[in-house]
Amino acid sequence: MVDTPRLTREDVAHVAGLARLHLSDEELDLFTGQLAVVLDHAADVALLDLADVPPTAHAMAVINVLRPDIPGQTVDREEVLAAAPSVEDHRFRVPRILGEAP
Amino acid sequence: MTDGWVMVIGLEVHCELKTTTKLFCGCPNMFGNEPNTNVCPVCLGLPGSLPVLNQKAVEMAMAIGTALNCEIRPSTFHRKNYFYPDQAKDYQISQYDEPINVDGWLELPDGFRVGIERAHMEEDTGKTTHAGVTGRIHGADYSLVDYNRSGVPLVEIVSCPDLRTSAQARAYVTELRSVLVATGASDGKMEEGSMRVDANVSVRRSADDPFGTRCEIKNLNSVRSVGRAIDYEAGRQIALIESGEQIMQQTRHWDEDASRTVMLRSKEDAYDYRYFLEPDLVPLVPDSDWKEAVADALGMMPAQRRARLADLLRDAGNVTDARTEQVATVVDLGLDDLVVEAIAGGIPTALALARTANEAAADPEAARQLDPGSFVTLLSMEAAGTLSSTQAKTVLAELLAAGGGDPSAIAREKGFEAMSDNLLSVTVAHAIEGNPDEWARYCAGEDKLAQVFIGQVMKSTRGQANGKAVVAELQRLRG
Repeated sequence: MVDTPRLTREDVAHVAGLARLHLSDEELDLFTGQLAVVLDHAADVALLDLADVPPTAHAMAVINVLRPDIPGQTVDREEVLAAAPSVEDHRFRVPRILGEAP
Repeated sequence: MTDGWVMVIGLEVHCELKTTTKLFCGCPNMFGNEPNTNVCPVCLGLPGSLPVLNQKAVEMAMAIGTALNCEIRPSTFHRKNYFYPDQAKDYQISQYDEPINVDGWLELPDGFRVGIERAHMEEDTGKTTHAGVTGRIHGADYSLVDYNRSGVPLVEIVSCPDLRTSAQARAYVTELRSVLVATGASDGKMEEGSMRVDANVSVRRSADDPFGTRCEIKNLNSVRSVGRAIDYEAGRQIALIESGEQIMQQTRHWDEDASRTVMLRSKEDAYDYRYFLEPDLVPLVPDSDWKEAVADALGMMPAQRRARLADLLRDAGNVTDARTEQVATVVDLGLDDLVVEAIAGGIPTALALARTANEAAADPEAARQLDPGSFVTLLSMEAAGTLSSTQAKTVLAELLAAGGGDPSAIAREKGFEAMSDNLLSVTVAHAIEGNPDEWARYCAGEDKLAQVFIGQVMKSTRGQANGKAVVAELQRLRG
């Protein structure tokens, strides 16, 4: 185990806020503990000397996965819209948006 | 610009790539279709769907990078997370800290070089329509979303803060648009949203001062609004500072109808996008063969094409400001090949340029389709005096409407036979008889009065006479 800063209750509240999750005080305590255990586990990696290893999101060294620019199958509009909670004018109807697009 | 102030401007230009399909799925990339018809599980963000990168989109991004003198680098994709329904996934896939193109430049027609910080790939969002009284978000009861545009490939080109005036910013957008069209990556249709501009604007007292606090202006959809919005925004900032207030870093929206910018959000509301590497996509690492192939396939850029015509003008000793402007016009409209072919076909440089920049440019779409052979034949008839310039313009209009044809056949059809020398002499003599005072003054050296006689002859021949032939006859008679 290496000495990494311990996850705080405030960190968890911040991350929950970014994901628009509303957590009660009890839930914050619960998840702070659970997340800390997960992070401690990942912190084991920090014991290794990784100075020469570039960061990656993949376990395999695969690059350049590409497809040709050829049209594929689209989904029938009625089928798509049938799955939506609310539809108007062949468009998805969504609640009033707060704030502009990013 | 208000005296005692200088602006600093940086531009972010979003360019839709004209691929056949979207960036990560095979849905058609098409503007103007029925809402929600070009959608599939990937661009609707349905669980279990996986993105696969479009090779053509990558090549177009590389072409843009090459044209903008960028270094093309190994790159990765990130998820940019936010809560807004224009992406069904709740995130946009974009390149973040490792963009494909970095450190380039674009040279404006006046020689000024604008640094390009990066030109990265990302997916476009769906289109939201706000229902309610105003059509704008504020006061809307709900919104309607069409995901046809969601996942359309974009390249975002970020300039360095090198621009200093709104005129320079307009010149940059105009030149960039020409370059993007020349790479074949964009149709350049700003009115359809294929190119969208955001401007970062700040002001300072002198060029030696550090940069001021900047505001970002969104929603600039024409070259004209780029200029107007920047001027308005700089004026707003100067007025604030001069009244003792401070500029707050903000994102602002350009309201074209009201001709002003309005605040969207302040820096305090800035999103935390929780960027992380997109686990469903692997790194993109173009090797040197691939980069070379893209560079080799790239046609001439507007700057080179302008230089090519400028050289031909200079060779012919024909350089004037008006002609330099004509060169810019024909290159901007993609009609410069017509001029080059005509000159190669023996047509005088000024005539080839004038007919292209004035008459052919009136219908650029048709002119780009025009068979250069017919164009050259027509212009040689005009140059030889077989057709008057009025007649040549009429025939050219016919050629453009039909996409080509035989100029002599069209001329015959229109009754544009060259006048016989004899008939011309008679007509000129008649014009002189009718205007004895003008003739006397012409003989005394007032050359510009030739116009009076040309006008008379044109009138009596219903435009069939050749102006140059009339002048030659007048000069012959004057002795």
